[in-house]
Amino acid sequence: MRFSTSLRELITKRDFYAGGLMLLLGLGIALKGSTYRAGTLMHMGPGFMPTALGILLVLLGIAIAAASLTGEPEDHAIGGHGGGSQSLLPENPQWWAWFCILMSPVAFIFFGRYFGMLPGTFACVFVAALGDKTSTWKGIVILSTVVTVFGVALFSYFLQIPMPILTWRGEL
Amino acid sequence: MIEAALSGLWYGFGVAFEPHNIMWCFVGVLVGNMVGVLPGMGPLATISILLPLTFGMKPVGAILMLGGVMYGAQYGGAICSILLNLPCHPPHAVTCLDGFPMTKQGRGGVALGLTVFASFVGASWGITEMIFLSPILVKVALQFGPAEVCSLMLLGLLAGSTLARGSPVKGVAMTVLGLFLGSVGTDLETGSERYTFGITELDDGVELIALALGLFGIAEFMNSVNQVAPINTKYTNVGIRDMRPTKADMKRAFFPMWRGTIVGSLCALIPGTGPTIASFVAYATEKKISKHPEKFGTGLIEGVVCPEASTHSSVQGDFIPTMSLGIPGDAVMALLLGALMIQGIVPGPQLITQHPDIFWGLVASFWIGNIMLVLLNVPLIGIWVKMLAIPYRFLYPSAMFFVCIGVYAANNDFFQVGEVAVIGLFGYVLLRLGFHPAPILLGFVLGPRFEENFRRAMLISRGDIFVFVERPISAVFVALCALLIGSQIYFRLKGSKADLEPAAENLVGGQVPTELAAQRVGATPAE
Repeated sequence: MRFSTSLRELITKRDFYAGGLMLLLGLGIALKGSTYRAGTLMHMGPGFMPTALGILLVLLGIAIAAASLTGEPEDHAIGGHGGGSQSLLPENPQWWAWFCILMSPVAFIFFGRYFGMLPGTFACVFVAALGDKTSTWKGIVILSTVVTVFGVALFSYFLQIPMPILTWRGEL
Repeated sequence: MIEAALSGLWYGFGVAFEPHNIMWCFVGVLVGNMVGVLPGMGPLATISILLPLTFGMKPVGAILMLGGVMYGAQYGGAICSILLNLPCHPPHAVTCLDGFPMTKQGRGGVALGLTVFASFVGASWGITEMIFLSPILVKVALQFGPAEVCSLMLLGLLAGSTLARGSPVKGVAMTVLGLFLGSVGTDLETGSERYTFGITELDDGVELIALALGLFGIAEFMNSVNQVAPINTKYTNVGIRDMRPTKADMKRAFFPMWRGTIVGSLCALIPGTGPTIASFVAYATEKKISKHPEKFGTGLIEGVVCPEASTHSSVQGDFIPTMSLGIPGDAVMALLLGALMIQGIVPGPQLITQHPDIFWGLVASFWIGNIMLVLLNVPLIGIWVKMLAIPYRFLYPSAMFFVCIGVYAANNDFFQVGEVAVIGLFGYVLLRLGFHPAPILLGFVLGPRFEENFRRAMLISRGDIFVFVERPISAVFVALCALLIGSQIYFRLKGSKADLEPAAENLVGGQVPTELAAQRVGATPAE
């Protein structure tokens, strides 16, 4: 689908934002890097390399953003991630699934730290599985249980990961 | 020279045949073969998940296993392409063109059988190349001073980021980002902390495993969740008997197989051109010299064996710069180098002399592993195909657990688990913005060594930046870098694609199914 309005175009100019992000990152890196000692070329300080990289990233960011404003969209890599589309969001955004996937490690940290590996594993798999549209409650519980049993057996007994299996408010 | 290489190989077989090493090699190729078939799980994610498990192992066993995953996955990827028209792994995308039509004609078994054979031939050639070329490279590389090492790394980084997928500028940006991430933590020379923001957990730098699992695990899951359609397994009933090729098939496949092998081994020698490009170039060459190019795409056995042999020969060849120079060509190789570094082994030209057990053991295990794969693939293809029926809703939550416990096990610390989630989110943003995150890993692994060598070179030259062009070998590398950048700009100004992969895809001429498109094709129920 093609949108002709200029506002719409700016929103869908993915490369513009890509360049902008690199520019901001580079700026941050360079500014923070300049607080470290740069030293001379012969005796380089810890700040030299990161600052230089930050400046390079700023320049690359400008190049990417400028290319998006002037010419054709440059990235049409076939089979690439996200395809050749210029929109920022995929065709059908999966906010809930993304949230679940990102919350899965958080659940692992919380339950793992306070209650041990067994609840941590279960919560981690359970939360992640919530994200799939086709899954059922029963399926999620069964999956989480199976992974927990195998996971704890493998990592706790076989590989000896020093994490208590069950604990109460363990290492605070 | 040849004698030394052969005695090294003999020694390597001794190492690789030690019971625990052969076991780890077997585990590696088995897991690799399995994940190679599974869509949505690449060798990168798998190697990063397995990486923490190798901390307790001896370095030889660890690297044999992780290497096995790498080439084992290549065997699995072909199954997907031929039987399902699913290019789960980019190097095998081109195999779909002729592989799937063969399947539709009921000759999928033959295609698979010959693919396994061609893969073995390609791999063997790649290994032979590694045996004889690596010692020569090492001999040259041992003469390198810091300036040469530095410009060589620069060349490797530039090639890895500009020749791979996507826009070259974006690739370079990712490499720079990776180099920066490598500098986070305590500075090795001055001991001062950089970009730690007072977080003590960051003193040792960003955790390699968290970076790899975030970028190639979590970000990938976010990309594929609710997007992976159930797979149409209509054509997947293949028995062992179907796989036996006829004499005529063998005859037709013989020369394309060797041509593919040669193309692959040449591609392996050019930094940055991995197996994907090798397979496309091989297919295009085969089509060009064929007497009936119009028949390509209708199920010609030549169009299957040639790219497959090329892929495998290139995969094995990729190990040459990684192991002999310590310069990885792509993200998987960077990860393997990272695994070695975690074990306390410094990669570089001194590796072969200091750790001959690792180098020659790995080379020997390639052969053992490839033979195992041939033996495994023939009877197990039926089982691998059944694995495809595992829905994504079971796959990614289980993988999330492995991601979490894996990064936890790296330091027995929950901080890294949070780190992996943050990196995953960031990686997904990058994916959406059209960046390919693989060069980040390349930059990250090479970063600290690059900085160290750069500093040393500057110290020796008393701050003279022109040392890089004054020393002849270094000047050659710098010239190559300039050539690389110059050609990219030239192609950009000419308005054509400077990007090798789409260029190679254009060469092929046919419609190569992309992963997502194929998933949508698979989504339309046939019956």
